[in-house]
Amino acid sequence: MFIINCPYCGEREQSEFKAGGEAHIVRPKQPTELSDDQWAEYLFMRKNIKGIQFERWVHTHGCRKWFNVVRDTSNDVIKAVYKMGEKPPTK
Amino acid sequence: MTKNLRVKTSKFIDETYKISFKFNGTTYYGYKGDTLASALIANDIHLVGRSFKYHRPRGIMTAGSEEPNAIVQLHNNTSRTEPNVRATEIEIYEGLEASSQNCWPSVNFDVGGINNFLSPVLPAGFYYKTFMWPASFWEKYEYFIRKSAGLGKSPTEPDPDIYEHKYIHCDVLVIGAGISGIMAAKTAVKNGFKTLLVDEKSYLGGSTIYQNSENFKINNQNSNSWLEKEINEIKKLENLEIKTRTSVAAFHGYNFLLARENLTDHLPFDQKKNKTRHRLLKIRAKKVITATGSIERPLIFDNNDRPGIMLSSAIEKYANFFGVVCGKKNVLFTNNDSAYETAISLFQKGIDIEAIIDNREEIDSRLIKETEKNNIKIYKGYTVVNTSGYKRISKISIMQLSKDGQKVVGPKISIKCDCLGISGGWTPAVHLFTQSGGKLEFRDEDQVFIPKIYPSNQISIGSCSGDFTLDEILSNIPKKLIEFLDIKKTDYEDLEVYSSYNKSKRNIWLLPSDKVIGKTKPFVDYQNDATAKDIKLALREGFRSIEHVKRYTTTGMGTDQGKLGNMHALGIISETAGSKMGELGTTTFRPPYTPLTFGTIVGRNVGEYFDIFRKTPIHEWHEKNKAKFENVGQWKRAWYYPKEGENMHDAVQRESKAARDSAGILDASTLGKIDIQGTDASEFLNRVYTNAWSKLAIGKCRYGLMLNEDGMVYDDGVTTRLDENHYIMTTTTGGAATVLGKLEDYLQTEWPELDVYLTSVTDHYATVSVCGPNSKKIVSQVISDLDFSDESFPHMSFKNAKIGKIKCRVMRISFTGEHSYEINVQANYGKSVWEKCMEAGKKFNITPYGTETMHLLRAEKGFIIVGQDTDATMTPIDLQMDWIVSKKKYDFIGKRSLYRSDTIREDRKQLVGLLTENPDEILEEGAQIIADIKKSPIEMLGHVTSSYYSPNLKKSIALAVVKGGKSMMGQKLIIPMENKQINVTVSDPVFLDKENTRLNA
Ligand SMILES: [Zn+2]
Repeated sequence: MFIINCPYCGEREQSEFKAGGEAHIVRPKQPTELSDDQWAEYLFMRKNIKGIQFERWVHTHGCRKWFNVVRDTSNDVIKAVYKMGEKPPTK
Repeated sequence: MTKNLRVKTSKFIDETYKISFKFNGTTYYGYKGDTLASALIANDIHLVGRSFKYHRPRGIMTAGSEEPNAIVQLHNNTSRTEPNVRATEIEIYEGLEASSQNCWPSVNFDVGGINNFLSPVLPAGFYYKTFMWPASFWEKYEYFIRKSAGLGKSPTEPDPDIYEHKYIHCDVLVIGAGISGIMAAKTAVKNGFKTLLVDEKSYLGGSTIYQNSENFKINNQNSNSWLEKEINEIKKLENLEIKTRTSVAAFHGYNFLLARENLTDHLPFDQKKNKTRHRLLKIRAKKVITATGSIERPLIFDNNDRPGIMLSSAIEKYANFFGVVCGKKNVLFTNNDSAYETAISLFQKGIDIEAIIDNREEIDSRLIKETEKNNIKIYKGYTVVNTSGYKRISKISIMQLSKDGQKVVGPKISIKCDCLGISGGWTPAVHLFTQSGGKLEFRDEDQVFIPKIYPSNQISIGSCSGDFTLDEILSNIPKKLIEFLDIKKTDYEDLEVYSSYNKSKRNIWLLPSDKVIGKTKPFVDYQNDATAKDIKLALREGFRSIEHVKRYTTTGMGTDQGKLGNMHALGIISETAGSKMGELGTTTFRPPYTPLTFGTIVGRNVGEYFDIFRKTPIHEWHEKNKAKFENVGQWKRAWYYPKEGENMHDAVQRESKAARDSAGILDASTLGKIDIQGTDASEFLNRVYTNAWSKLAIGKCRYGLMLNEDGMVYDDGVTTRLDENHYIMTTTTGGAATVLGKLEDYLQTEWPELDVYLTSVTDHYATVSVCGPNSKKIVSQVISDLDFSDESFPHMSFKNAKIGKIKCRVMRISFTGEHSYEINVQANYGKSVWEKCMEAGKKFNITPYGTETMHLLRAEKGFIIVGQDTDATMTPIDLQMDWIVSKKKYDFIGKRSLYRSDTIREDRKQLVGLLTENPDEILEEGAQIIADIKKSPIEMLGHVTSSYYSPNLKKSIALAVVKGGKSMMGQKLIIPMENKQINVTVSDPVFLDKENTRLNA
């Protein structure tokens, strides 16, 4: 069980949070203009990386805020945490 | 018949405190400080159980948690019975009753023992291969296997004991209170770290505390006396918490550990009462120091499993710590110096040693020289090739090893003995380290895996890190601690250490025999009866991965997780397959390190505390009026209210009829309620519901359907516009939390520009729903100063009102198709408003109804229940609810998915009504639907989702999902049941009042 540094509340147990899948997938602004394939790409396709992964998490049993986490899925080390709308760290 | 094989009073045993206990029905005596194993050995009992597969007699092998054989059942046939308890760990107490497992009918005469003679036909994988076929025979096999195998019996009564969970946060956690752990704890505390020291044993000091020998000295004192002083010192330290009888079960990432603190297992019954038995500690440590020591390895040779064959270190512990002699004629068999430590301990106590068999040929060792001085015969370069004795070892045969160690040569020599101590060197206890994600490296020189890469802020010290000799341990610990704790110095830099131990070792994983392997039984995993032969067979059959070999042979899969034999299994695989040990890797060690009871895991979450449940503010009234309840999410909802002599069907029929004939009342407080405010609230609803919301007037209500982005129905409910920028949304009872979560997700991540605020208010309001043709008369009496005319208060509208001084929100909305009102009041007024409605409705026979009647009434109207009539594959179009999907709106969640190639298929499962040919026949929910019984294979068209007998229509009605159902109106279909076929006709899902006249009745 890892510890996540919520950007609003600070360090809390993982059990207070819920994972929300890959980060930085933006909902298309004009879905009706997309082909089935383009829509399916948004709807279904997600990466599952062994290594550095950008993810969304929500502090369900806390401030209820969504934010982004950079996690190494091979050892659960969290490299960075940043708010929604902020740019992902490059390093 | 009490024998007493005590040699010398040990200070760890209180001989003035005699304890009686029973083993297999006979009463024996031991002393305070004894484990069941030491007390049994003191009574000259070695045979304690039978092996799992071959039912071979087995004895006590170890003196610790690695014990594979001596597992017993405690207190058979009582509520406190417990299987799989290691005799080497349980401390005896007055009244303890233990019995052997794995034997039927008794340990001395065991029917399954025949398997031993059948063993040529019981190789690895035998159970997989044989009992799979023919399938019809399985019942017979199963009876026999279960009866004669038996891994102990589970209790059948509720556990009478109390368990609890506790969180602990500390700077430093030290696991293991041997010499390394004691030094680490003292250093940490003295440098200001808040420290927790735990050990699975009842005492501190590990194996050094009974290492009373001139051969091991620290600062000119025997190592045990030096350590004793250290222990006395740390006991006085503040900022140090010491927990004995506390075994770390799991080491997770981020230094999160679970430990089981055993508080009462060693106490007599009268002292166990009303005390917490086990405490599960959830430890979060900034730094972890693992000092878990090492486990002695057995040696693998033919018939190496007889009672009386024990680890050499166990014999030493029984002698030094418990003051118990394991045998009168002792032989030691070793490939390293450890057995000589045992030998010296034994002859110092006047215990005879017949001989020592050493795999090594020439060794320059102080220990050996001292042993030789005492005229003990040492066979150098020899190996044991066989043993005899059925219920106790009586004799061994030894032969000389060839130079390369692959063969035996020369004549066979027999040596009589009743106890054989074996030592194959030491295996660092790296289980917890690997559980935490640590990576091991293989050290070739002495064939051990040691910690290499630490995944968190932790370190391993002492013999679990591969330092086996006293001088190595004591010189490495200060260095390691200084670096790990980032401190200047420790108390231990200048220790003078004297250790006689020579590190040389001749490692042969599978010792050669004069017989072919097929004729031998060299056990690798004692508990699961896996032999070296089985491992070789698995390799011959093509298994290569260690994980596959493990499962095929069941090596390492017992309750001991192969703590003794795993390394040998790896070694034999590596030698046979020609691969390097380091490359093979180890099997995964999984938590728990030692088994936990369910009680410990569950803690206080038993009985009524097993799961939280939510009660509405009106719950008490339902209880008083004999309601039956059903669980909906975590809510207890009134299900139906049976009257004297009524069954569920009768009650539901009566309630349903009353609601349509006059008036019914429902507690709808559990519906999810989300308060939505903000200048963009209307736009937000537009985006999350399929229909349009911008034009909804203040004071009006609207039904909404919410989809997932994949177009599938997710939730539904009525939302009311309370004000320009203020709505109240209702959700399904079970969906409240997930709907709020989903809405927050979109709001925060996709549309942060929207000015909208969401608040869950489910618990803030009680909701009383009154329906039926007389509902207006009743509600207008309760809320007297409100205009209830259809003009002022039409269907799908809302009013703020007052009941006396109580403010309430009244919605005229309906889930039954009847004229009805929902009164929402602050939760604590709920019961009083309910009672007021009951009082006002008396003369109209107002009938409380539960969820079952609610479901029936809505089914008559063809209203869906999300989650019952839908699963995650139904679009609104599939539900024949096209009317609620806005064509005009540019976008809403799920819109694009409604015209994907898959969602526009004509033959999707669609919601229809079903009418049975026989109107009294009620379909089973979940029943399959077919069209043609003769077609092969029969095509399943769908299934029944809701089914009731309608007292208002006087016939059976059902909702179902059927492939292409929309275009099948009037068509006949078949429901095949176990003994019959039911003929049905596809109908409109709306069975009653299609014109909605009743809403305004
Ligand atoms: Zn937070």
